[in-house]
Amino acid sequence: MGAVLAAVLGASLVGCSSTGGKRAEERAAQAAEGRSAVDTPRWTFAMVTHSGDGDTFWDIVQSGAKQAAVKDNINFLYSHHDEAQQQAQLVQAAIDKKVDGLIVTLAKPDAMKAVVAKATKAGIPVITVNSGSAESAEFGALTHIGQDESIAGEAVGDELDKRGRKKALCILHEQGNVGHEQRCDGAKKSFGGTLQNLYVDGTNMPDVQASIEAKLQSDKSIDAVVTLGAPFADAAVKAKDSAGSKAEIDTFDLNAKVATALKDGTLGFAVDQQPYLQGYEAVDLLWLHRYNRNALGGGLPVLTGPQIITADDASELAEYTKRGTR
Amino acid sequence: MTATGQPASPAPAPGAPDERLLRTSPLRRLLGRPELGSVVGAVAVFLFFAVVADSFLQASSFGTVLYAASTIGIMAAPVALLMIGGEFDLSAGVLVTSSALISSMFSYQMTANVWVGVFVSLLVTLAFGAFNGFMLTRTKLPSFIITLGTFLMLTGLNLGFTKLISGTVSTKSIGDMEGFGSARKVFASQLTIGGMELKVTILWWFVLVAIATWVLLRTRFGNWIFAVGGEAEAARAVGVPVIRTKIGLYLGVAFAAWVSGQHLLFSYDVVQSGEGVGNELTYIIAAVIGGCLITGGYGSAIGSAVGAFIFGMTSKGIVYAEWNPDWFKFFLGAMLLLATLLNAWVRKRAEATA
Repeated sequence: MGAVLAAVLGASLVGCSSTGGKRAEERAAQAAEGRSAVDTPRWTFAMVTHSGDGDTFWDIVQSGAKQAAVKDNINFLYSHHDEAQQQAQLVQAAIDKKVDGLIVTLAKPDAMKAVVAKATKAGIPVITVNSGSAESAEFGALTHIGQDESIAGEAVGDELDKRGRKKALCILHEQGNVGHEQRCDGAKKSFGGTLQNLYVDGTNMPDVQASIEAKLQSDKSIDAVVTLGAPFADAAVKAKDSAGSKAEIDTFDLNAKVATALKDGTLGFAVDQQPYLQGYEAVDLLWLHRYNRNALGGGLPVLTGPQIITADDASELAEYTKRGTR
Repeated sequence: MTATGQPASPAPAPGAPDERLLRTSPLRRLLGRPELGSVVGAVAVFLFFAVVADSFLQASSFGTVLYAASTIGIMAAPVALLMIGGEFDLSAGVLVTSSALISSMFSYQMTANVWVGVFVSLLVTLAFGAFNGFMLTRTKLPSFIITLGTFLMLTGLNLGFTKLISGTVSTKSIGDMEGFGSARKVFASQLTIGGMELKVTILWWFVLVAIATWVLLRTRFGNWIFAVGGEAEAARAVGVPVIRTKIGLYLGVAFAAWVSGQHLLFSYDVVQSGEGVGNELTYIIAAVIGGCLITGGYGSAIGSAVGAFIFGMTSKGIVYAEWNPDWFKFFLGAMLLLATLLNAWVRKRAEATA
């Protein structure tokens, strides 16, 4: 036991790294920290999302929300469940706690309808984020902050046209996700060439890669592959290499790997919906509502995307993705 | 060993108790109950959250906790019975979604009174349960494999059929159809008592647990369940209808899945076809925390209710305590281990001193 400990300590002393690692992360964190900039009382805002466990995207949303919470002197609470019934129960729990503001996602709007109504009836201001732009106002939310998936899809179609692509593949990694269908449908609508949908099992990365590989092998004329989530872009790149295809890989959403891949030209472009902004603005707008009765959007959703990111922007963003804010 | 050479045991003196009957103190009998470990655990969890989470003790919070517990507990009771009978049902989670989907889509497509859909759904859901039981007893394959098969098939059917019929992944709203109001009263209404909102599922839960307990402890069928879970071959040899018992247990799970499914449908008027995956383990966990043995032959229905209550308290208590929910699963796992260890220890002590 002691020997192991000594060995570990010894190794960490000898093998210092001057780049990356925990220390680089701490330096980055120092830059992002801050103190409250307002003297309003410490309100409690709760965010309840439809995220699964350990999702990078929602981590970024949370870091945005937390940054705004620090600035606005907010006690920020976060909970999530990917099942509608459980998510509704969590919202109910937040209402029980008598929070001062509520941020919810409406991925499954019908399940959230009653409980959101209960919150507004209890005098808790509600802001919806990410999904639910169509239902937000009807349910009595102050505003909606997110990306319109159809518009984002159409932006992809246009960008593919601009790059002279003729035959594209849209990779859906979650069967039955309405937002995903909307993205591919939007792309199909504005794209001049043909676009095919390919369903893969997103929980099984090797299977994702194998499915894309098989498709690229069987149809050599495919010259673009669009994945709907950042982690799947990497699998698509690997599939392209082993299939010997010349297709360009493009993706929705960003992460550190996507940013570096954009920089070195492995990926064509990425469509970002700026999750950090969704968390940050939601908290900030709730604060503004509490403090000053302000509202943004004029009854229409506030769009955080699509933002098309190419090699030109990638080098700056690579740094921000590493610290988990893009 | 023979009896020769040993003095014949004297006949018990008149009035003295029969030596074959052992008198146990009430305390020891209490210690021997399968749900004891879970009750101790539940009290501990309750006290814990009462101390660390200030809004946990509010009446409205308690209503939310009970509701969360009831949605698990309705399924956990028949799953506990099934586990006492020595079998698993991995399809229980998605069967709930299937049941809701069938009810909703039948009513919508046929433009029928929603009660028609509700009863069609009952029949079809029971048929799925019967299929599980029938396949199990016919093929003699482990229930793990059989129900894993039905679990995957149902997951696919849910998505495939919903998309085929409704065009999207969720069903169309049946909220404006005839009979919806009365069906909602039965499956998804709520009552406010003293600031506490009580959902009707809590009533369903209590009734189902009461019935399950009565069946288990007071009927012949209950004895059969313990017998087939303990040793199926021996049970068959003494005349227990093993096949009928097991099919009956699967029908019980299907019935509870129907109740849960209708609750899902009538609280939200639409159903998401991809849901329910993973819940089967939740039910099993609740049953195991409640003292069910994974090998069968031992356990209780009340225990499953306590297990579900622990589940509800933990999942919502973490929110009330303003903790990071990332730790929820860890907490649950630790609780599961502790409850089973406590159970095993208590049982060993009780048996050793008996």
